[in-house]
Amino acid sequence: MSMYFTKEHEWVKVDGSQATVGISGHAAHELGDITFVELPQMGKVVKQFDTLAGIESVKAASDIYSPVSGKVVQVNGKLEDAPELVNESAEDAGWICKLEAVDASELAALMDAAAYAEYLKGLE
Amino acid sequence: MGYCPNTPEEIREMLAVIGAGSVEELFSPIPQQLRAKSFELPAGMSEFELMGIMREKARVGGTEIVPFIGGGIYDHVIPAAVDHLAGRAEFYTAYTPYQPECSQGTLQALYEYQSAICRLTGLEASNASLYDGGTAVAEAALMALRVTGRNAVVLDASVNPLHREIVCGYLASLSAGVVEVAPAGCASDLERLMGCIGPETAAVVVQNPNFFGTVADFTALAAKAHEAGALLIVACYPVALGLVKSPGEMGADIAVGEGQSLGNTLSFGGPYFGFIATRKRFIRNLPGRIVGETVDQQGRRGYVLTLQAREQHIKRHKATSNICSNQSLCALRGLIFAAALGKRGFEELATLNYDKARYAQGLLGAIKGVSVLNRESFNEFTLALPKPAAKVVTRLLDRGVAAGVPLGAYYPGMDHALVVTVTEKRTKAEIDALAALLEEALWN
Repeated sequence: MSMYFTKEHEWVKVDGSQATVGISGHAAHELGDITFVELPQMGKVVKQFDTLAGIESVKAASDIYSPVSGKVVQVNGKLEDAPELVNESAEDAGWICKLEAVDASELAALMDAAAYAEYLKGLE
Repeated sequence: MGYCPNTPEEIREMLAVIGAGSVEELFSPIPQQLRAKSFELPAGMSEFELMGIMREKARVGGTEIVPFIGGGIYDHVIPAAVDHLAGRAEFYTAYTPYQPECSQGTLQALYEYQSAICRLTGLEASNASLYDGGTAVAEAALMALRVTGRNAVVLDASVNPLHREIVCGYLASLSAGVVEVAPAGCASDLERLMGCIGPETAAVVVQNPNFFGTVADFTALAAKAHEAGALLIVACYPVALGLVKSPGEMGADIAVGEGQSLGNTLSFGGPYFGFIATRKRFIRNLPGRIVGETVDQQGRRGYVLTLQAREQHIKRHKATSNICSNQSLCALRGLIFAAALGKRGFEELATLNYDKARYAQGLLGAIKGVSVLNRESFNEFTLALPKPAAKVVTRLLDRGVAAGVPLGAYYPGMDHALVVTVTEKRTKAEIDALAALLEEALWN
């Protein structure tokens, strides 16, 4: 499964009709030490690019937008006690939540890893 | 930024921009009777003469009337320590400084205030105060919407009617629903409250004692609300907490209330302070400032504002509240009051209120044609009179007694009901005089 990215630095991995969502390693690095992840409510239904969750670091408080539409079916409960997981492993163990009823055609509006790397270069 | 008031020229400029002809025209939507009245003072006089005139005006204003009025604001004893300590220059400022480098005294006082509120309400986390009791109930309702992601509250109509108006006002602009549940007599209709909880219910809002003075246990209601994924909000009267079960003990998720009874004078309606406390897991949804305890670089204990990402200077329009305020000086008075009394003092104060109200209840209830509508009460209870209560109250005011809150204006069909409050300050002689005057007003 490949990973796709948004311009707001979220990532998504789609497996069939289920998607895993997190923030990119670049975003985690830019935020600095993450102190709190406001996980979404189970069962919450979001549209692509709607506010999904929130994240607070020593530097900022930001919204996390949903890379795809879907329904929240699982949240990463480990982040409640260990938000630093996002700093340590943003694109793997630091995932935020899983969505269901995802339409893979929405990925067309996102960037693949190579395009995202190019996008980051443009931001420097 | 200059600190000079606006010059006449600047005022003209600003009026021209917004298209108002005069300052008078700008304020014209506010009804005349709600505007500040002139004190009709001569242009110049000595301080001594002025004090004499103001004392006289204050007397006519009613400070010497014996109050049996409650309804949310109560006439309690204020220990001298409250005025003395709260009046110290380090605290007595219009602006509350929060920079930890230079405000450890203020921050520690607010931290201790929060601790006192937690002990009183039986909950785990308090903020540094809110504007008043009514806005505190409304903020609690907004908080429940955030916590649950739902869009309606069930509101017990035996909650203070003025506070209910604020709740409805706040929620209307969010298109959130309010289901009001009429009381059963002078008590909350628990069955109907439970029956109104649905999948969109964020919280059930009740008050203890309620506006009629009735004390209740909402433990079963809390359980029912939780079963449906909703919260229970209990508005409470801090002095009563010396005797009655706390919101925390009942399983409430949010406790709020008017803090005036803790060391703040009646002052014709304010300033007072509101308080709000909740369970630790909801702390990030609390509105307003929170002071936390920490250590400095050398490991010494210190205090700072904490969890500020909730607040508007960081989260802007997504802050937990953009319309709340805190009332540090009034809250400080509340803390000093609480600390001066201590746990035993609270119990004794509450017992005194309870006992005096029992005495008054017996005496007033024995008057021909008068009956007590609720016996399970704290220091406030409802009487049914054989005449319209508002008229009786007006008549007794002329005799120097404010007999209570007539309910007709708030509850249709309750024109003959009067809520009487007896705090520890009312003497036996005053209670006896109220009974005599009431009997006279009803039967002579």
